[in-house]
Amino acid sequence: MSPKRVVLRFMAETADKPIIYQLIRNYDLVVNILKANINPHKEGMMVLEIQGEPEQYTRGLEYLRSLGVTIQPLSQDVHRNETVCTHCGACISVCPSGALYLERPDMTVNFDEDKCVVCLMCVKACPYKAMEVRF
Amino acid sequence: MAVEKSLAEINARIKSGKVVVLTAEEVIPLVREKGVRQAAAEVDVVTTGTFGTMCSSGAYFNFGHTKPRMKMSKVWLNNVQAYAGLAAVDAFLGATEVPDNDPLNSIHPGEFRYGGGHVIHDLVARKPVSLRAIAYGTDCYPRREINTVITIDDLNQAVLFNPRNAYQNYNVAVNLSDRTIYTYMGVLKPHMGNANYSTSGQLSPLLKDPYFRTIGIGTRIFLGGGTGYVVWQGTQHCPGLTPLAEGGQLVSGGTLAVIGDLKQMRPEWLVGVSFLGYGASLTVGLGIPIPILNEEIMYWASRSDEEIYAPVVDYGLDYPAGNPQPLGYVTYAQLKSGTINLQGREVPTAPLSSYPRARQIAAILKDWIREGGFLLSEPVALLPSINEATPLKSLQEKEA
Repeated sequence: MSPKRVVLRFMAETADKPIIYQLIRNYDLVVNILKANINPHKEGMMVLEIQGEPEQYTRGLEYLRSLGVTIQPLSQDVHRNETVCTHCGACISVCPSGALYLERPDMTVNFDEDKCVVCLMCVKACPYKAMEVRF
Repeated sequence: MAVEKSLAEINARIKSGKVVVLTAEEVIPLVREKGVRQAAAEVDVVTTGTFGTMCSSGAYFNFGHTKPRMKMSKVWLNNVQAYAGLAAVDAFLGATEVPDNDPLNSIHPGEFRYGGGHVIHDLVARKPVSLRAIAYGTDCYPRREINTVITIDDLNQAVLFNPRNAYQNYNVAVNLSDRTIYTYMGVLKPHMGNANYSTSGQLSPLLKDPYFRTIGIGTRIFLGGGTGYVVWQGTQHCPGLTPLAEGGQLVSGGTLAVIGDLKQMRPEWLVGVSFLGYGASLTVGLGIPIPILNEEIMYWASRSDEEIYAPVVDYGLDYPAGNPQPLGYVTYAQLKSGTINLQGREVPTAPLSSYPRARQIAAILKDWIREGGFLLSEPVALLPSINEATPLKSLQEKEA
């Protein structure tokens, strides 16, 4: 199975559970943490890239849901407002995954949502506020 | 025979529908193919364009008198203060002004989500904008306070007036320090992790007339989607042409002060911006037609990205300290390729001014001229050319 990117959101009570360990040990999944925001006793979020057997992947996600973790596909999270973007290029150098890149020779800015790791650097760096987060 | 054309002849060709206009991009292959002389004979006008953040921008307004009358001494538009020390109901709003209660950089890097540039954009977009003013009250102007809502169409005058726009050339910014910095040149990663540049290169107006042979006071231009005029040299105007050790030459230092009726401008060409950790500002769409009066003018108008150099400057230490000694020079062709070689390293590049929008501006201006609705204006006076402006001074601190 090709790697899948998901956004996990969990309640304060789940924040201290070793869920990554369980995913690897019990479901034999390859887990790559792309972004995490976890604080003790607070709601948290984590962006994961997960790879493994399809059946194990489904069971792993069921395990997460059983803990009350909500799971969203990653691509829905960052969105480019096409009417606001001026194709200036200020986002290119802060994007760590190459999801935002210049199409040469036109020099237009393209956004490949599949490559986005939802680090949100573009959201902060875009002078026009064209990059939006959708929850 | 040398090509010599007058502006009157070119305007006559515009009126008769016979004018030949190319953008500054389109003229490059033509000159390569046919040579400067032949191209100068064939082409009447070359149009340029740039769409970048230009901090020294602003707008002044006349709000109309209140009843009873009021001499507004402090004015806020959408909570952003405008300078009201002019007359009773006149005020000037600067693009980089931010609201009084903005958190600024108290949590670094600050977001600067809204400022003067955004107010100008909202006005041009014909959105309602809150107007608050206070006054101390006089016998002739007794009123002391007003809180109301305006749109641009309610105002007697709304005029974009930018003291410094269209910088001829600009630094390529890198960061040699060991921390990420947040600048008006965008986010710069430590140890030269990236290089940001901000002109449209071969489309950029003042790079295409470096001696200011045609662009002067009174030159009619594309400004913010409407018609504007050059009114003066811009602040810090000091054009120069420096031969480089790398070969080629650096053209830089020219600027323009421009003006135009804000009411006929368009929100897509005048956009408020927020630079993380730096502040708010305004992106201005600006395009200038260059009349091809002779071969020399055509020679400069047709220089390409391969021949136009920009200085690379360290914004980590050198620039903030006031020592902008360039680390080196690169061409716009190298910058646009995606990487430049600096001190033996490949550094990824990114633009901050929109090349696609610059190209669109040059194309719109070309259409306006070809359709006959935009005549070229003879400058009332020319601006200081290369080596004609007084060298820039830095501020000397003295005992008060």
